[in-house]
Amino acid sequence: MLHKFWQFIRSLSGDDAYERYLRHHAEAHPHEAAPGRKEFFRREQERKWNGVRRCC
Amino acid sequence: MQSAIFSRIGWLLVAVLGAAAVGGIALNRGESINALWFIAAAVCVYALAYRFYSAWIAAKVLVLDETRATPAERFDNGRDFVPTNRWVVFGHHFAAIAGPGPLIGPTLAAQFGYLPGTLWILAGAVLGGCVQDMVIMFFSTRRDGRSLGQMARGELGPIGGMAALVGTLMIMVILIAVLGLVVVNAMKHSPWATSTVAATIPIAVLVGLYMRNIRPGRVLEGSLLGVALLLFAVAGGGWIDQNATLRPLFDHDGLTLAWLVIGYGFLAAILPVWLLLAPRDYLSTFLKLGTILLLAVAIVVLRPEIKMPALTQFIDGTGPIFGGSVFPFVFITIACGAVSGFHSLISSGTTPKLLANERDIRMIGYGGMLLESFVAIMAMIAATVLDPGVFFAINSPAGVVGKEAADAVAKISSWGFPVTVEQMELLARDMGEKTLFARTGGAPSLAVGMASIFSSAFGQGWLSMWYHFAIMFEAVFILTTLDAGTRVGRFMLQDFLGNFSPRMGQTSWYPSVLFTSGVIVAAWGYFLYIGVIDPNGGVNILWPLFGISNQMLAAIALSVATGILVKSGRLRYAWVTGVPLAWLAIVTSTAAWEKIMSADVRIGFFAAANDMAAKLAAGELPPEKAAVAPQLIFNQQLDAWLTIFFVVVLWVVIFDMLRVCARHLQGKPVPPLSESPHEPSRLVEDWVRD
Repeated sequence: MLHKFWQFIRSLSGDDAYERYLRHHAEAHPHEAAPGRKEFFRREQERKWNGVRRCC
Repeated sequence: MQSAIFSRIGWLLVAVLGAAAVGGIALNRGESINALWFIAAAVCVYALAYRFYSAWIAAKVLVLDETRATPAERFDNGRDFVPTNRWVVFGHHFAAIAGPGPLIGPTLAAQFGYLPGTLWILAGAVLGGCVQDMVIMFFSTRRDGRSLGQMARGELGPIGGMAALVGTLMIMVILIAVLGLVVVNAMKHSPWATSTVAATIPIAVLVGLYMRNIRPGRVLEGSLLGVALLLFAVAGGGWIDQNATLRPLFDHDGLTLAWLVIGYGFLAAILPVWLLLAPRDYLSTFLKLGTILLLAVAIVVLRPEIKMPALTQFIDGTGPIFGGSVFPFVFITIACGAVSGFHSLISSGTTPKLLANERDIRMIGYGGMLLESFVAIMAMIAATVLDPGVFFAINSPAGVVGKEAADAVAKISSWGFPVTVEQMELLARDMGEKTLFARTGGAPSLAVGMASIFSSAFGQGWLSMWYHFAIMFEAVFILTTLDAGTRVGRFMLQDFLGNFSPRMGQTSWYPSVLFTSGVIVAAWGYFLYIGVIDPNGGVNILWPLFGISNQMLAAIALSVATGILVKSGRLRYAWVTGVPLAWLAIVTSTAAWEKIMSADVRIGFFAAANDMAAKLAAGELPPEKAAVAPQLIFNQQLDAWLTIFFVVVLWVVIFDMLRVCARHLQGKPVPPLSESPHEPSRLVEDWVRD
C-alpha cells in the first residue's frame, strides 16, 4: 500500500522517468546501449520545455 | 436492481442539496453566509455535471472508444509518447492548466459581490470550460496528439490556423504583462516580499544544479530540498525586514521592480532551461498542489463566514478596481476557473500524448477543469471572507480613492463599506507590511484572506508568516508562467521568422535567440511599464484585455470543435460546443464594444485617451501626471486597437467555421477530417486498471 503510494508520487513527479525509459528501451531496442541517467535527463528537460507547458 | 434504486436516490439527494446550496447563496441578502454553502454548492454541481453531462458527452457526442489505440500506445517512445496511469496524467494535466489566473480573476470580480462571480464559475465551468477541455483533448487524441493550431489549420483552413497562432502569441504577451504587474504590486515597498521572491531565483538555480550534476534526475529529492529552502526564505525575509542594513536593498518602488522583472524575464528566456526554468517549475508545482490542498482543508476546518454582500452597488459599472457593469465584465474578468482558452493548448498536443486509453479523457479533460473551477471558488471565498471595507482598501488604486490613507478610508466608507485607518494599520502590522493600501492586482488581498484563514485554522499568530508564504507561493508560479510564456513566445516567433530566414528559425542560433527573446520581452515589458506608471494601477486596463484575449482563444478552440462535430455528421450535437461558443462570442464582443465605444472614461479606451488629451492641452493635470500623460494616451489608443484586433480575429474564425459547416452541409468540398485510422489497442486486455 505504502509502496504503491510512493510509486504513484514518483511517477507523478517524474522521479522514475529514467527507470520507465530503461524498461521501454530494453523492449524496443534490446541491442543498443541505453543513454545514461544524466544524458537522458538532460535531453528530457530540453524536450519538455520546447513548447507550451503552463497556463495562466 | 436494488442498487440502481439506491444510486438514483443518492443522486436525487445530491441534486436537492445542490439546489438548496445554490439557492441559499443566491437568495441570501443582508446576513453573512457560511463558506460551507459555497463548497456544498460547488461539489454538488460538479458531481452532477460529471456524472451525467460528461458521461453523456463521452457516450453520445464523442463516442469514446476504449478499444482504440491512443497515440501514446501507437507512438510509444518512452519519452513524450508514453501510456501513463490516468491519475498520473490527471496530476500532470491539472498542474499544467491551473496557474495564477483562477486565483486573481475571482478576487477582482468580488467587487460585484460574491454572487455573479460564483454563479459564472459554476455554470461556465460545467457547460463551457470543462466541455472545451474534454472535446479538444478528444479531437487531439484522435489526431495523433496534434496541437490546436495544427488542428485549426487542418480542419478549417489556413485562416483558422493563422488566427490560432497569432491569438496565442498575443494572449501570451498580455498575460505575462498583467501577471508581472501583479507581482510588482505585491512587492512594492515591501522588503519582506521582495527579498523572499528574489531568494526563489538562487534556490531554483541550486535545485537545477542538484538535479543535473549532483544527483541527476532525482526530481523528488531536489524539489523537497528546494521547498525547504523556500520556507526558510520566507522566514529569512522577516529577518531582513527587521535588519537596518539589508532592508533598503530590497525596498523599491514599482518602476524599479518592473525593470528588475523585465531584466529577469530576458535572462530566464536565454538561459538554459535546466538552470532556472525547469527547477522553478518543479518547485511551483509542489507548492501549488500543496497550498491548494491546505486551503481546502483550512476552509472546511474553519468554516469562515462570508462578509461580502451577494451584490454590491458596483454591478452598475462604477467599481473602483475596474470600470464596467456586471454584464459583460464579470464574464471577462473570470476567464480561468470558468472557461479558459489557454487550456486548449495543453489539452491538445501535450496531455493526449500520455493517455493510455480514450475513456480517460472524460476524467482528465472534464474532471481536471472541474478541479480548477474549484480553485476559483476557493479564491472567491478567500477574497470575500475579508471585511468588504478592507477588501476595497487593499484593491482600490490610489488614482480612484486618493493617495492618503485618510482620504481612501473616507471614500470607501462613504460607499457603505466601513473601514478605518487604524484597522488598516493594525492589519498591515499583523501581516508584517508597512501599508496594504492600493495593492491592486488581487495577490495581496488573496494573501491576506489566505493568511487569516490559515492562521485561524492552524493556530493563531504567524499571520505575517502566512501572508508572506502566500505572496511567495503566488509569485513563484507567476514567475514560472512568465519564464515559460516568454520562452514559448520566443519559439513561436522563431518558427514564424524561419519562414523568411532559415537561420532565424534555428532555436539554438544565439543571435536569433537574443533577438526574438528581446522582442517578446519588450512586448510584455512595454505593457508592464505602462501599467506601473499608470496612477489607476494598470490592472484595470490589462486584466480586461487579458480576459478578452483568453475568451477569444476559447472561441477559436470551440469553433474548431464545432466545425469537427458538424463535419463528422454530428450536427445535432453541435450545440454542445456551439452554445458556449455563442455565449463567449456575445460577452467578448459586448465587452470589446464597450471598451472601444463607451464614453465613460473608466471603460472606453478612446474616451479615456481623448479625456486625458483634453486635460493635458488645458493644463489641468498636475506636473507628475502631465509628464506621463503622452505615454498613457498612446497606450489607451493602442489598447483600443488591440481590442478591435481581438474581436476581428474572433469573428473571422467564427465565420470561417460557419462557412466550412455550410459547405459541408451543402455537400460541397471542405478540408477532410484529419482523424487517424482506427487501430485496435493491444493494451486493453493486459492493461491493469487502477
